[in-house]
Amino acid sequence: MAEHHVIPFSTYIKVFSALIGLTFLTVLTAKGMDLSPFNGAVAFIIAACKAGLVMAIFMHLKYDAKSNSMIIFGSFGFVMLLFIFCVLDIYTRIPVESTL
Amino acid sequence: MSTGKLDKKNGEFAHHFNDAEHEYVSSKEGVWIFLTSEILMFGALFVGYFIYSNLYPEVFEVGSQSTDWRLGFTNTIVLLASSLTMALGIYYCQKNDKKKAVMNLAATVVCGAIFMIVKYFEYSHKIHEGWLPGQWFHGDTQGIENLPLYFSFYFMMTGLHGIHVLAGMGLVTWVAIRANRGEFGPHYYTPVEGVGLFWHLIDLIWIFLFPLLYLV
Repeated sequence: MAEHHVIPFSTYIKVFSALIGLTFLTVLTAKGMDLSPFNGAVAFIIAACKAGLVMAIFMHLKYDAKSNSMIIFGSFGFVMLLFIFCVLDIYTRIPVESTL
Repeated sequence: MSTGKLDKKNGEFAHHFNDAEHEYVSSKEGVWIFLTSEILMFGALFVGYFIYSNLYPEVFEVGSQSTDWRLGFTNTIVLLASSLTMALGIYYCQKNDKKKAVMNLAATVVCGAIFMIVKYFEYSHKIHEGWLPGQWFHGDTQGIENLPLYFSFYFMMTGLHGIHVLAGMGLVTWVAIRANRGEFGPHYYTPVEGVGLFWHLIDLIWIFLFPLLYLV
């Protein structure tokens, strides 16, 4: 088997430091500041950044075959479909006692 | 055709592949496809959590006060550290440094164990207070009728995640033992890579569970 792209040790340490930094940031924004009604959105944007770092570097997606990125982002797409259709169903229902 | 065990470390590969690289890429793609099924399973729970927390905001507001963000924060750091050691385990396989690879894989298992110990303290506190899912709930509802709903989500999501941590610890132990036998090197480390992807997925799910259950 051919040698693969080896991500340098220093990159792993930098990514780990960034992940720890973002964890502190998420606690700081959620507990130290009152950003409501954006508390949830801020926490999830930070979580998405952390997830991106883990997938790109720790899971080697950045240097991997593009098909693997397609597979995993495809699954995120299907979770979004599930979310969209559930929301469409639940929030467009008309209560039985409605006079519509 | 050889009937013995393949010497994959030295470039042998199963006969239905074109070459060793083909076998490596195919194996890894198989793991990624498996990870999509994991994301769909957890994804359904996340979608359920979002919708119910929107329908019954007071249930989730009171329910989430039962979690201590400091414990969740500790576990987040522990899992991030385990992800680093897992990635370094693969790195040292690629560098052909058996000793450091085994050390990092062992550290990954230890981090998993620390995570589960913290989880044990969180669970035993909730069980003691009677904060249990659905019909088993016998704690103080604080005037909120559907409060057990929060704990159904809490125990289902963290429980499923915890089972994955335990399974992951078993798998990392398995590759650590094989690494210690000297079965891996720069030209063959497919099992370490595959188990690594699974372990990082566990970390990935926790990255989203932490703000969901402890912060928001």
